[in-house]
Amino acid sequence: MAEPASTVTLTIDGQSVTVPANTTILEAARSIGIDIPTICAHDATTPRGLCRLCVVDINRGRLLQPACIVPCQDGMVVETANDRVRTSRRTILEMLNSAVDLSQAPAIQRYLAEYGADPQRFPEGRRREHPVLDDNAFYIRDYNKCVMCWRCVQVCAEDAQYIFALSIDARGFNSHITTAFDIPMPESTCVFCGQCVGVCPTNALKPKIEWGLEQGLSPDQIREASRGLRRRQKPIRVE
Amino acid sequence: MVDQPSPEPVTLERIAAGFAGRGREALLPALWAVQTAYGYIGPEAVQVLSQALSVPEADIYGVIGFYSMFYDRPTGRTIIRVCTSPSCGLAGADRALHDLCDRLGIAPGETTPDGQYTVEQTTCLGLCEHAPAALVSRQGAGEQQYAPLDIDAILAGQPGHHAAVIGSMTRVLLRDLPTDRAQTLAEYGEYTALQRALSDLMPEEVIAKIEASGLVGRGGAAFPTGLKWSFTRRAPGAPHYVVCNADESEPGTFKDRVLLEIRPHLLLEGLAICAYAIGAEQAYIFIRGEYPLATERLQQAIAEAEAAGYLGENILGSGFSLRVEVRRGAGAYICGEETALFEAIEGKRGYPRIKPPFPTTHGLFGKPTVINNVETLCKVPGIINRGGRWFRQWGTDLSTGIKLVAVSGHVRRPGVYEIPLGVTLRHVLEELCGGVVGELQAVLMGGAAGTFLKPEEIDVRLTFEDLRAIGSTLGSGAIMVFNDTVDLRDVLRRIGEFFQHESCGKCYPCQLGTQRQKEILERLAAPLPGDRQRLADIGQTMTESSLCGLGQTAAAAVLSAMRQWPELFPA
Ligand SMILES: Cc1cc2nc3c(=O)[nH]c(=O)nc-3n(C[C@H](O)[C@H](O)[C@H](O)COP(=O)(O)O)c2cc1C
Ligand code: SF4
Ligand code: SF4
Ligand code: SF4
Ligand code: FES
Repeated sequence: MAEPASTVTLTIDGQSVTVPANTTILEAARSIGIDIPTICAHDATTPRGLCRLCVVDINRGRLLQPACIVPCQDGMVVETANDRVRTSRRTILEMLNSAVDLSQAPAIQRYLAEYGADPQRFPEGRRREHPVLDDNAFYIRDYNKCVMCWRCVQVCAEDAQYIFALSIDARGFNSHITTAFDIPMPESTCVFCGQCVGVCPTNALKPKIEWGLEQGLSPDQIREASRGLRRRQKPIRVE
Repeated sequence: MVDQPSPEPVTLERIAAGFAGRGREALLPALWAVQTAYGYIGPEAVQVLSQALSVPEADIYGVIGFYSMFYDRPTGRTIIRVCTSPSCGLAGADRALHDLCDRLGIAPGETTPDGQYTVEQTTCLGLCEHAPAALVSRQGAGEQQYAPLDIDAILAGQPGHHAAVIGSMTRVLLRDLPTDRAQTLAEYGEYTALQRALSDLMPEEVIAKIEASGLVGRGGAAFPTGLKWSFTRRAPGAPHYVVCNADESEPGTFKDRVLLEIRPHLLLEGLAICAYAIGAEQAYIFIRGEYPLATERLQQAIAEAEAAGYLGENILGSGFSLRVEVRRGAGAYICGEETALFEAIEGKRGYPRIKPPFPTTHGLFGKPTVINNVETLCKVPGIINRGGRWFRQWGTDLSTGIKLVAVSGHVRRPGVYEIPLGVTLRHVLEELCGGVVGELQAVLMGGAAGTFLKPEEIDVRLTFEDLRAIGSTLGSGAIMVFNDTVDLRDVLRRIGEFFQHESCGKCYPCQLGTQRQKEILERLAAPLPGDRQRLADIGQTMTESSLCGLGQTAAAAVLSAMRQWPELFPA
């Protein structure tokens, strides 16, 4: 096999750009000031290509391609915001907005406006609803706000901590983040490093103190309410 | 809560000990062992398996949650699943489900108060020619198919029975065969094609013969088989693997089930030839968990072949060895997608991987892998024995040879038919299947992921290119027939349910789109203003932006129905 050339030249939205081989289309576009929206991508996590908000049109192919994953190749003609691309992005955003509470996800709010997403597009659509979980002293988990970007699971596992406290249960629309048998965090393997909270884009995971202040509690009251949630208990038995 | 004896730790330990040290790849077999013994996989079992296989407990929990035949809490000791996908729907599955629930005094999804029975509604069980179908799991005993569903037999604990219904124009894979049992090794005869390959042909020559035949994959994607083998043979890295895709879960598709049930040796011989050609010494056959009869017969055939020296160490004195392992799926259509299937064998949630890289270089365990459909591999012995030109006597230049089609719904004789590619759909329906029952309204080609044809289109020749030319697909060979008594909106609703149930949830277009599509398809008779455009946008987004073939085809049938019968979709 031939050695890959060290740089490649392609066209993005009519502009020619030369980048090192193995640069993603997302990076190449950003290098010339073209912003492609992303939800799941994060510097700290392995790209999984989940949200598909970053899809672009390459060579007018049958399928749109995720810019966060696909590497640039010589001669590619990329369109980052044509009608096909915009229809996918808008529809994804409208569907997401109809299922999840995005009120504390500022970046996604910006995209909703930018793509003209109609908040009433899916009027009778089922929402993903979960009780807010306040089971430890450090952070709360409000999965009504979860967009399933997997970042928390990834940093808790091979992308950083190797703790494996979190997992995904069920499938499809019903899939959601949880612990083994839905046990409270203190009973899981969690070491409360806070990495998951740090990468969560929607405030589904939020520091307890910040949440408590929003609820109108004083710092003392929050500390008091968290007592007893610190200790790791013996795993309970689930029926 | 159901009254259930708690699992005895000592026996759990014994199960775990049987898999200990194998690591994560043993997870699905281990979970099956626990599921079958106890009827569910609880926290103690997860703890024990976590230790034995070095897999985090949260990960095991996630795996249990992915597969619909694994349960994390007790259910009834007998689980009865009734299929309500389109073909069973036509045959009165809703009524049967209702009657069954009435008899037991529960609703679908519930368990009887005595903990005896749980009833579930499920998607296609691959028994469409015997519709309506049911699959029963009994704690301690495993799975049984009932086709057609027989409530008395199920409740009396009697075994289920079904025989294959076959017909053949070309008499290669299917010919005069017993249809109610597997062909034995003695009846099948010697593995002459394998003998020939091992003694007379270099691996490259085997591949050249397959290439000369023009054979393309029969699992739906129609990729040239010889090319796939040669890519894998040349791929660096060891070991190489062969995987047979026997996950057959596309609604309306049941041809692989029939091959496995009545001609397992044909598959094993094809598999061994493939392994020789690509330099693999380990093969896996991944078979859907809903196919207990096929699994049992396959395992028996493997034992026969090993005893006769056609599989195992130093086959026929050639120095070539092949270990064949059967892996059971556990209820997930997505595991038919090749990379999701690898994940399942590796003990993970069956999420498809991003491609490239392709399986030919990065497949099972990251190694070069050939994955082929059951029917594809069953074509191999004939081609090795009789040559590519023999195979090309049938079909067209672009669609060579023969194909199995699985016909269900409103025909007189639903079943699996072997045809030369290029015969018309009309010939299949009118000659082979004995004609349509009633007045033909529509044909769904290629299963739930396929497209609808109208009666005036049934003179189309069944080839990949002819169907593509009219915007349709041969897919895996599923042909579902609907007469004019059928409300197509009801069929669409069932298709919507199927994809909502089977989306893995990895990527947003399909995770969200299959749910929203289902909701709209449920209200087709009383739509909200704007629903047609909603369906169109969801369909376009899933088709163009989904990560894998499931999402990319989850709107195919709906979009084709919108073109064919716009009147069903008020704006
Ligand atoms: C959602 C989905 C389900 C699939 N299910 C099956 C299946 O059940 N059996 C099968 O052989 N191929 C299935 N395929 C196709 C496989 O990914 C793969 O192309 C095939 O196994 C390759 O074998 P072949 O070349 O012999 O057809 C499926 C693909 C997708 C996207
Ligand atoms: S805080 Fe706990 S759950 Fe979050 S990443 Fe750290 S160990 Fe994992
Ligand atoms: S909790 Fe936050 S980080 Fe985790 S998947 Fe949901 S949105 Fe992403
Ligand atoms: S298209 Fe559907 S099945 Fe495929 S990865 Fe995306 S969510 Fe999963
Ligand atoms: S950012 Fe590319 S798929 Fe999410």
